[in-house]
Amino acid sequence: MAKGPTPEELSNIDYTPPPKEWMDVPTVFKPGTFCWGAKGKNLQILEFPNARDWTPVEEDWKLPENWQEILLEGMKERLGKYRSFQLFMDICVRCGACADKCHFFVGGGDPKNMPVLRAELLRSVYRKHFTTAGKMLGKVAGARELTLDVLKEWWYYFFQCTECRRCSLFCPYGIDQAEITMMGRELLNLIGLNTDWISGPVANCYMKGNHLGLEPHTIVSNIEYMLDDIETITGIKINPSFNRKGAEILFVTPSGDLFADPGTYTCMGYLMLFHELGLDYTWSTYASEGGNFGFFTSNEMAKRLNSKIYAEAKRLGVKYIIGGECGHMWRVIHQYMDTWNGPADFLEVPVSPITGTRFDTAKSLKMIHIAEFTADLINHGKLKLDPSRNDDLVVTYHDSCNTSRGMGLLEEPRYIIKNVCNHFHEMPENTIREQTFCCGSGTGLNAGENMELRMRGGFPRANAVKYVKEKHGVNMLANICAIDRATLSAAVDYWVPGVRVTGVHELVANALIMKGEKKRETNLRGEPLPGKEGN
Amino acid sequence: MKILLPLFTVIALVVIAFVGVQANLHALFGIVIPYAAVLIFMFGFIFKVLKWGRSPVPFRIPTTAGQMKSFAPWIKQNKLDNPSSRLGVFGRMLLEVFLFRSLFRNTKTQLYPGTKLTYGSEKFLWLGGLAFHWSFLIIFVRHFRFFMQTVPYPIQLAEHLDSFLQIGAPLLYITDVVLVGAVTFLFLRRVFMPQIKYISLPADYFPLFLILGIATTGIMMRYFTKVPVVRVKELVMGLVSFQPVIPEGIGSIFYIHLFLVSTLLAYFPLSKLMHMGGVFLSPTRNMANNSREVRHINPWNYPVHVHTYDQYEDDFREKMKKAGLPVEKE
Repeated sequence: MAKGPTPEELSNIDYTPPPKEWMDVPTVFKPGTFCWGAKGKNLQILEFPNARDWTPVEEDWKLPENWQEILLEGMKERLGKYRSFQLFMDICVRCGACADKCHFFVGGGDPKNMPVLRAELLRSVYRKHFTTAGKMLGKVAGARELTLDVLKEWWYYFFQCTECRRCSLFCPYGIDQAEITMMGRELLNLIGLNTDWISGPVANCYMKGNHLGLEPHTIVSNIEYMLDDIETITGIKINPSFNRKGAEILFVTPSGDLFADPGTYTCMGYLMLFHELGLDYTWSTYASEGGNFGFFTSNEMAKRLNSKIYAEAKRLGVKYIIGGECGHMWRVIHQYMDTWNGPADFLEVPVSPITGTRFDTAKSLKMIHIAEFTADLINHGKLKLDPSRNDDLVVTYHDSCNTSRGMGLLEEPRYIIKNVCNHFHEMPENTIREQTFCCGSGTGLNAGENMELRMRGGFPRANAVKYVKEKHGVNMLANICAIDRATLSAAVDYWVPGVRVTGVHELVANALIMKGEKKRETNLRGEPLPGKEGN
Repeated sequence: MKILLPLFTVIALVVIAFVGVQANLHALFGIVIPYAAVLIFMFGFIFKVLKWGRSPVPFRIPTTAGQMKSFAPWIKQNKLDNPSSRLGVFGRMLLEVFLFRSLFRNTKTQLYPGTKLTYGSEKFLWLGGLAFHWSFLIIFVRHFRFFMQTVPYPIQLAEHLDSFLQIGAPLLYITDVVLVGAVTFLFLRRVFMPQIKYISLPADYFPLFLILGIATTGIMMRYFTKVPVVRVKELVMGLVSFQPVIPEGIGSIFYIHLFLVSTLLAYFPLSKLMHMGGVFLSPTRNMANNSREVRHINPWNYPVHVHTYDQYEDDFREKMKKAGLPVEKE
């Protein structure tokens, strides 16, 4: 954070709620805690309603005249379409078990970031318009009108939730704030209230195939750049294919891996691994995005973006799909893709061409996670590995929210790390696996203008990293998420300087002994390998 | 206000029943209102569950709380916290409904100076909740002695175990003490924990006061004022056999007890107490995590507007050719 509070200032957190009732506390748009409004041109590309430029801090949000009607009608529709939404509006008992489970509350202390209260923001309006008690008793029943202030409060706080689902883990009824935030954001999108940081990438992804808006030739040249680096480091020239028909496997990864380090090192890891295996696979420039910012917009938008993966697999005639390291991508792929855009009857059940392992757990979806693929390779002894090349690293592993609580992919990445690194230490148990803490910047909150919010949200995660840094000398934070690679880098720089961030397949590629490689002097980052310093 | 309003409401209910009985409205409080309350409860409960059931579950969204079923047999699945089969889901739901599995995970986050965050185990809410629900259930079951001519063995056993401490005469039921203690604890945490107080609504205090009122009047009848049990049973048997009678000399405290119970029943389907039915329907808990293995169907899935490959190639054909990428149309 260039300017703004220091870590000392930011960690001085007051958890005392204000004396006033929460309904009477006005929402203050504090700089550093919210994102810029969506641009009209992006909403237009996506055929979204009320496309216009607007600014959250301005009084006039340029809303359609009947915005209340639109939102209430939208709520009614969604209550009828999602049992989760209807149920979660009705059954909360406000026991408060979720309160201190949210990273934004832990790192910020704002009571409206307690998941229960963030849900009440919406629930109170639900009661007023959809329940008898709320209609009759009003405030006594916890009901309130949908006013402009309430709308602004919704917008402010539904973009202070990363849909990480940590609250839902502790809720005795499984109430999932992610579901409520998703509904809240869908409603806001009905009147054109998205953020620029989300709608921009969504528009990019829709037109150009990926969030970053990389055009086909740029994808190729970015990867060629990596290939040059790989050749320098290993002496091996790799020649991957793009948009190739008849390949056995389509590989899809978040576009963040193609763009900036440390994600690019992870991408080099994929390239080296697949080359070493002689895998018959192809990249696609059309389906060049594994992630899905549409998911932070509306169900429909998410489906529109996701459709490209199967469409491209079909066009190219591949047998199945491997997906790269990404968090929310895998929530979407694991829990939504087959329902939206399946059945993928033109594909085959994934079988590893190297080990012959049949991935029956993905027999309908026909898409597997690269951590599964690689763990299987290692287990069959198909990779020659020299973990000592990672000996300068003391590694810990951050579970992404989505792969842990929306999938359960916990052991596969750990198995890989333990096979490619000699020094691995877990963070405290309440901060990993299913209880993992968010990086603080998921669901499209990884913008620049809301940096204070991000650092607050990243505080619990960074704090656990700090603990293992002090206890075990951890200096590398591994993960399987493109957003983590970008956002955790910022969070640890701020909270725990000296720790760096890596994807798991960067570690794999460092340890991977490739056929015909020259004696390696450096790791993928161009830094001397342990024992080679000073050469 | 949030606390006093529900408190006074419960006091008012007590007064209403008392005055009503003094005014000789025994039939209203002993027959009409209980029947009406049971009807509201039954139809309200069914209506609510049907209403929930009408909304489909478009996506398979379990909260996965452990290792998934892996492709590899050497990776051990957590079958209860991340079930992939119906049996596993059944097990998960059993743990959730009877032992409050999720609440058992509860932690307390604390921030110490020098920016140290800790997550201590916090079992009191779990324990208090469990104590409350289980004692309430056992007391409810014990009451069936009033609903049946001959008391079945399981109920006798429940009474026997519940009073095994053999204190006092009539024997003290442990659940009576536990219920009052647990409700008091649940009330006090709403008052003394600032965050919990902040989120609490009148609708959170009201059922606590109501249940406390029910428990208090029940305890008074059993241990102190000693209502004529035989006549109470006569009244209740009249109700359940649809031949209602109002025996003489039962005393107003019984009618207050009955009126508060009637209020609870009628209030139930309109309130958060419906979590009792809701927990069974919760999609994050009652679904198997097998969405890659078996396709989940969304009944309202509809076609969407997409940007096709052909459109994409039209946008970028020249650039693609220049970069050596294959194209469909030259």
